[in-house]
Amino acid sequence: MSFLSNIFARRQQSSSVAKDRLQILLAHERGAGEAGESDLIRQLHKEIMEVIARHVAVDQDKVQIKVDRGSGCSMLEIDVEVPQELSGKRGS
Amino acid sequence: MAKVLVVTSGKGGVGKTTSTAALGAALAQSGQNVVVVDFDVGLRNLDLVMGAERRVVFDLINVVQGDARLSQALIRDKRCETLSILPASQTRDKDALTSEGVARVMDELREKFDWVICDSPAGIERGAQLAMYHADMAVIVTNPEVSSVRDSDRIIGLLDSKTQKAERGEKVDKHLLLTRYDPARAARKEMLSVEDVLEILSIPLLGIVPESEDVLKSSNVGAPVTLAAPTSLPARAYFEAARRLSGEKLEVSVPVEKRGFFDWLFKRDA
Repeated sequence: MSFLSNIFARRQQSSSVAKDRLQILLAHERGAGEAGESDLIRQLHKEIMEVIARHVAVDQDKVQIKVDRGSGCSMLEIDVEVPQELSGKRGS
Repeated sequence: MAKVLVVTSGKGGVGKTTSTAALGAALAQSGQNVVVVDFDVGLRNLDLVMGAERRVVFDLINVVQGDARLSQALIRDKRCETLSILPASQTRDKDALTSEGVARVMDELREKFDWVICDSPAGIERGAQLAMYHADMAVIVTNPEVSSVRDSDRIIGLLDSKTQKAERGEKVDKHLLLTRYDPARAARKEMLSVEDVLEILSIPLLGIVPESEDVLKSSNVGAPVTLAAPTSLPARAYFEAARRLSGEKLEVSVPVEKRGFFDWLFKRDA
């Protein structure tokens, strides 16, 4: 497999992977400066928790916030685990 | 008018000390008075790379604290009389370097020499910031490797904000020195190319120093590569870089051994 894949697979050159990764990373590091990055996530986490807490009681640990950066767009992923009994009461 | 040059990188092990010694010796061989200053307090190595480790009596901290005069701490190179070294302290704490003391020593060095070349410690802490603070020019030593490029980008940011020039609203003259470059691997796209690194960091290119056995051989015997193996490829790259620092306009190329197919293949015209 590895022999054949070495011949036939059109893998991306590692140097262009390196260049792309660096360009994406540095574009954010230059803008964010020192600790801007983790500050943004912390702030988002805090405010999202406040909004949710107004309506339902959710455990701090059940809220996951992730950021995934691409060259074209970045994705902010917010994952809130809602307690079982509440999902039944919706719309009441 | 003396020029203060800092050789810096952020990341360790990319060739700051090697490049300081090689550029210093290259500039000194052109007849200019050069001092190389080791700012890596506690981990000094410039003395060893320059072959002066057994001649160190006083060091930068002794001079900063007024325990020794500058002339007592300077070591004149035995092979090149226009080249001197000011070693760092190996035993003292780096907090012993005060901003005022360093400023005083730098002023005194500016009067004595044409070039004051400061070998920065790795990192972005106080030692690195003191080494760059008085710089008019900076050589950013970078390997074609992701972590080195990232750290160089960070250092460029510091040069634009934490130096005396930046505080006065001026710019430190920044130059990229790409070291440990392997043109064959770059051609196979296994290594970031010169163009890739230049595009990412966007500062002018001072030189490309190819990966070479001569660099280790020279440090083994305690001589800058531009003194120990002046015709070697890395030495030629450093000599050309030194001429560019002196203001000459020279085309940058990847130095190659012979003129032939490979020469044609790897020749650059940027």
